[in-house]
Amino acid sequence: MWNWFYKLASPPHFYKTAGRLEPWLMWSAALLLVVGAYGGLVTAPPDYLQGEGFRIIYVHVPSAFLSMFAYMVMAVASAIGLIWRMKLAYCVAAAAAPAGAAFTFLALCTGAIWGQPMWGTWWEWDPRLTAELVLLFLFLGYIFLRDALRDTRQADRASAILAIVGVVNIPIIHYSVEWWNSIHQGPTLVKLETPSIAGDMLWPLLVMIAAYQLLFLGVLMTAIRTQVLEREKNARWVGDLLRG
Amino acid sequence: MTEFLEMGGYARYVWSAFGLSLTVLVIMVYWTRRSLRVTRQRLARRQQSMQGVGG
Repeated sequence: MWNWFYKLASPPHFYKTAGRLEPWLMWSAALLLVVGAYGGLVTAPPDYLQGEGFRIIYVHVPSAFLSMFAYMVMAVASAIGLIWRMKLAYCVAAAAAPAGAAFTFLALCTGAIWGQPMWGTWWEWDPRLTAELVLLFLFLGYIFLRDALRDTRQADRASAILAIVGVVNIPIIHYSVEWWNSIHQGPTLVKLETPSIAGDMLWPLLVMIAAYQLLFLGVLMTAIRTQVLEREKNARWVGDLLRG
Repeated sequence: MTEFLEMGGYARYVWSAFGLSLTVLVIMVYWTRRSLRVTRQRLARRQQSMQGVGG
């Protein structure tokens, strides 16, 4: 088991494995996106309060979920990099940031588009909305910080500390609708009782979340390969790879 | 079909949310793949020029 882990963590091996995995992740993501969008737009019944407008949930919740998931991947990988000085972990952290920023951007935009007809406003300085905006700034700050520091080791460490400190924002996003009086509606899926959503409305949402998850992993594979190549550019295996 | 596209009066909200999501996801995939390709090309050129200098 550890042998397998060490092998995977070796950059040339990871580079090859990630390249083989990526098309599978992308095709299964595409398939689930089609199924989930069909379920969300066609088979799910209209909501009794929000009518057909509630269908925005099928693109809003997955991007919001993935924005937090990508952040946790970035933060955990940063911590592993700091503690065990593992280069591949820093590659994972740096690779997760742009995708995370894209999901956060989508969560904010689809939320605004949903807010206009339901709340009568595109934006409100509400706890959850504000915390999600802070998440976008954390991703962007992480990216710009790495960009600004030319020394890779320095960039790795400084950006890792930023990522770890920013983790405090994640529970704030998640629990904000319970801690404060929020304009945002309460949780749909994650709570102790059964989810507050009917089965024929629920399955397309779960399929869409799975599709976004697979898409993120697919993008992550390619982005990690770019990071690995850049860092290992003087290694013999990269030389062989580029010649071959 | 028209009824489906109208989304009970929410057409511009529902379709713009789905359209924007699809657009951003496609750009994300394209941009990520492109930067791997560009990095490979740049490193290959760098390697060639270094071999030229080294003999």
